[in-house]
Amino acid sequence: MRTIGKYIKPYIGRIGVQMCIKISGTVIELFLPSMLSIILDTYAPAGNKTGVWLMGVGMIICAILAWLGNCVANRMSTNVSREITRKIRRDLFHRITAMSAAQQDHVTDASLVSRLTSDTYNVHNMIDRLQRLGVRAPMLLIGGIIVSLLLEPVLTLVLIATLPLLGVTVYWSSKKGVPLFTLVQEAQDKMVRKVQENMAGARVIRALSRTKWEQNAFGEVNDGLAARQRTADLTMAVVSPITSFILNAGLAIVVLVGAYRVHLGQSEPGTIIAFLSYFTIILNALLMVTRIFVMYSKGSASARRLEEILLMPADLAQETLPDIGDQEHLVFDHVSFSYNKNYHNVIDLTFKVGHGQTLGVIGPTGSGKSTLLSLLMRQYDADEGQIRIDGRPIQSLTKDELHSRLGVVFQYDFLMADTIRENIRFGREICDSNINEAIDCAQAAFIHQKEGALDFELNVKGRNLSGGQQQRVLISRALAGDPRILLLDDCSSALDFRTDRELRHALRERHGLATTIIVAQRVSAVMAADNILVMDKGRIIGQGTHEELYESCPMYQELCNLQLGGDAA
Amino acid sequence: MNRGRGPGRGPAFAKPKEKTSVVLMKLWRYLSRYQAIIIFAALLSILGNALGLVSPMLSGAAIDAISLETGVDFPEVTKYVLLMILLAAFSSVTSWLLSAIMIRLSRNVVSKMRKDLFDHLTTLPISFFDTHQTGDVLSILSYDVDTVGASLSTDLTQILSSLITVVGSFTMMMTIAPEMLLIFAVTIPCSIAVTRWRAKIVRPLFSKRSRMLGAMNGYSEEAVSGLKTIRAYHQEDEFNNRFETHNDNAVHATWHADHTAAVTGPTVNLINNLSLAAVSIFGSLLYMAGGISLGNVSSFVLYSRRFSGPINEFANILSEIQSSLAAAERVLGLLALSPEPADAPDAKSITSCRGHVEFRNVSFGYTQDTTVLHDISYTAEPGSVMAIVGETGCGKTTMINLLMRFYDVTKGAILLDGVDIRSLKRDELRRQFTMVLQDTWLFDGTVFENIAYGRDGVTREDVEQAAKAAHIHDMIMSLPQGYDTIVTGSGNSISKGQKQLLTIARAMLIDSSMLILDEATSNVDTQTERRIQDAMLQLMHGRTCFVIAHRLSTITGADCILVMDQGRIVESGTHQELLAKGGTYYELYHAQFDNPNDAA
Repeated sequence: MRTIGKYIKPYIGRIGVQMCIKISGTVIELFLPSMLSIILDTYAPAGNKTGVWLMGVGMIICAILAWLGNCVANRMSTNVSREITRKIRRDLFHRITAMSAAQQDHVTDASLVSRLTSDTYNVHNMIDRLQRLGVRAPMLLIGGIIVSLLLEPVLTLVLIATLPLLGVTVYWSSKKGVPLFTLVQEAQDKMVRKVQENMAGARVIRALSRTKWEQNAFGEVNDGLAARQRTADLTMAVVSPITSFILNAGLAIVVLVGAYRVHLGQSEPGTIIAFLSYFTIILNALLMVTRIFVMYSKGSASARRLEEILLMPADLAQETLPDIGDQEHLVFDHVSFSYNKNYHNVIDLTFKVGHGQTLGVIGPTGSGKSTLLSLLMRQYDADEGQIRIDGRPIQSLTKDELHSRLGVVFQYDFLMADTIRENIRFGREICDSNINEAIDCAQAAFIHQKEGALDFELNVKGRNLSGGQQQRVLISRALAGDPRILLLDDCSSALDFRTDRELRHALRERHGLATTIIVAQRVSAVMAADNILVMDKGRIIGQGTHEELYESCPMYQELCNLQLGGDAA
Repeated sequence: MNRGRGPGRGPAFAKPKEKTSVVLMKLWRYLSRYQAIIIFAALLSILGNALGLVSPMLSGAAIDAISLETGVDFPEVTKYVLLMILLAAFSSVTSWLLSAIMIRLSRNVVSKMRKDLFDHLTTLPISFFDTHQTGDVLSILSYDVDTVGASLSTDLTQILSSLITVVGSFTMMMTIAPEMLLIFAVTIPCSIAVTRWRAKIVRPLFSKRSRMLGAMNGYSEEAVSGLKTIRAYHQEDEFNNRFETHNDNAVHATWHADHTAAVTGPTVNLINNLSLAAVSIFGSLLYMAGGISLGNVSSFVLYSRRFSGPINEFANILSEIQSSLAAAERVLGLLALSPEPADAPDAKSITSCRGHVEFRNVSFGYTQDTTVLHDISYTAEPGSVMAIVGETGCGKTTMINLLMRFYDVTKGAILLDGVDIRSLKRDELRRQFTMVLQDTWLFDGTVFENIAYGRDGVTREDVEQAAKAAHIHDMIMSLPQGYDTIVTGSGNSISKGQKQLLTIARAMLIDSSMLILDEATSNVDTQTERRIQDAMLQLMHGRTCFVIAHRLSTITGADCILVMDQGRIVESGTHQELLAKGGTYYELYHAQFDNPNDAA
């Protein structure tokens, strides 16, 4: 909650003003009954018509003032909660985009989504309600206690004696409530994940006729969520009956003690009657306070989940490391890495790529090819060894220095529901003529045939394009920034061979100066490279040109024979 | 209005506003099964209110016993005090019971609603998932459903109990001074008019709030799924800015609704206070004119104050109800989307088939004005292998979509064993196929569960055998928990190619007479592909197969190869025949043996 407190702090002044207005409104409203009793008890019996009218008009004025005060205060509170929510949500999103891949893996996407949506909403509700109820209830409570203290200190003390019991109840409930509501939010994460899965896999699920199964699976997740919500709600629902019982029982004792005091001549029955009417105010106020606590528990469970993200230490910070001064553009120096720190995904990678050279990477599924690229992009930091660009360790480059050099296409990369132009620009300042050049080079001329060409709206995840078309839009994205380093991860797997060949020729012609790493399954995609890495089980088992490897590396030779019909070299 | 096609994209669930009564009727369907419970809850709440009236009576009696002329009657006082404690206990239990009942009821309704929504999602046409953001749907499943639920559990009982109080006080006032009710003849319609007027203004604002939150959630979900790329291009700032727009829209819509609704409560309160002033002025004047006793005026005032409390609460609840009605509209809007057209009543059942597939003059377009497939005709004999090749975007995947009835043909027909597939039960038709797609789909579960997914009652041995055939067993065994390792959708330690192998293993466990392989091994390396070839052949054995592949080496053995170009079949025949023809296929085939060194 401390972090959320920081967001509230700048608005304390405004909240204060708004509360004062609200208090004044409430106080003015409280004049109404006394004015009324003056009319009925004094003026009416005396037949004072002018008095009745004057007081009556006075009541009307007070009513209007109270209306104004309440409206203004309510509106001010919505302003404040808007600003606070806006800032919390903005910072949360900023923190999420600044996350490292390892942190993202750790929290999981589904949980990030539900924190951004459901948790921020809970916190918003808490802040909003706290402002609205947070004034009236404590005010009435304190006011009620003060008045009754003045009226009958001893009896009030009896009532106050019940407060520790109430304190225990409230403490217990918020102590129980926060973990319960945290469980609710975690169940919410699961629900989000299930829905995400189902929307992404709709085709497969239907093809396998697993709809019923998925419905049952969701039923379980949903039941789990409902059960947790029920438990949390039921637990919290105990608080206000207990509070009201303790207070009412306290009241009964007050009557008993009062009886003794009257008996001893220390008090009057009339005082006890008055005391009882104030007691109703105190009771109602206390019930409101307990409701605030319930809301607080729910809100603070969500607030903690937001804090977890907001307070995550910045990962992969820029470090000051000495410049090694290699001549080569890219250097991997004995690099090892493991995702789960359990077994190595890549081991002891060492290679160099000169300016403008092309590196091909080939090897079986799961041999660490994509991991190599991830490390170069600093999605993760290597566990051992060093990666250098222009002689500088990548940890010492700013994000901008590193990423503005890169043009990347991942396997199954990200397409947004937006225009083709936006998908290619991807937020960068790139003019249409550069985009068209990139499209040309990426063999993506099909775009021009689409309705509206660059303005053609893609569906969610680009699903209104075929697999090969998607890949070419992605390649256009990578080329449009005219990158100095081009990373292509199996980016042409859905292209037919002719298009693939033309793409490779165009790349060499127009982006020959860019240092390129091509990860591929096809020998034909890498055989022209200046240097080829053959990877297996995370290690480099062969390195050299096509001809060299064909001689020296049995695995590579086998690949060539399989794919090129045996007469490749 | 841009129908949500702004940066949010995808048609938002902006249904034309339904009449409140229609929405309420539809909501009632969720509640009607709880009729008995609701009546019981109403009785409990009446009991609670009545107990609320008893308590002052008891304390009054106790005080009477204190203020006797003869001194304090302690036995009497003790009796009443004990009764008060008993009553307090009883009414606490009643109120706890009431809220427990309402919590259970509302949680059941919410959970049923969510389940209905999800089940409905699974019946929607595939095109829905291509055009709607997951985050927007999630927003309906969480925010909108919860909003409806919250108002069910709290507002329903409050409305019930305030209704009771209002009716009670009204009757009491009738008996005291019917003529003064004239004032209420003004204030009550006024309150109702104000509430209705505010509701009219506020409701669309709440609808907008739901929509904007949905759009923001849609964007968040999309952005989170693209974080890796955003990082790679270092476009965090740009995406932050775009999020800011959505965030601004959402907080603004929320604020606008709350801000406007914030006036309703005080305004109704104002009307009540004004009527109080009017009652006291006219009551006094009436008294002075000798028309009413002063005692009656003051009890009238007391009751009218009693009356105003619930009316106020009512007005406040009403604005919350507006927000849940707006939310309910979105829920119902999603539920109202038409599912895949239901099977015809006379749809034929199909439990097994030979696998004779015929495309008869099939034409198709995803939208009315475009045609993706033109007049496609061919026949696949049972057990034969049909390969479909052609440049990307030529309509290969569309053909599969039609075969699986993700979409229905625009013209012509597809026949399975001589029967038009549109006359078959869709679900059973799909069960005749096994499909392996390029876009692998794994869910959050163990490796075992993912492989066993396609069929019920699969044993560990079956799964291991399939995994071994797909050459993925060794990799699985190297995972920390072997077959019990959890595969997460975005899990990194399993590569794309390995995921494809897992889906192939999954397919191996499914019995069906037809098989679709759409670029099933595109990310698998050649050696592994070669190694799993036996298994693939076994998988294909005896089934009618439709194979889409770019690596033509994998389809040379096909019984028939269809070469497609721009939605038409331009050539067909066996590998040898097509090569001999020297046409499009010949070119395609030789392109893959092209040596780039020569071309450069």
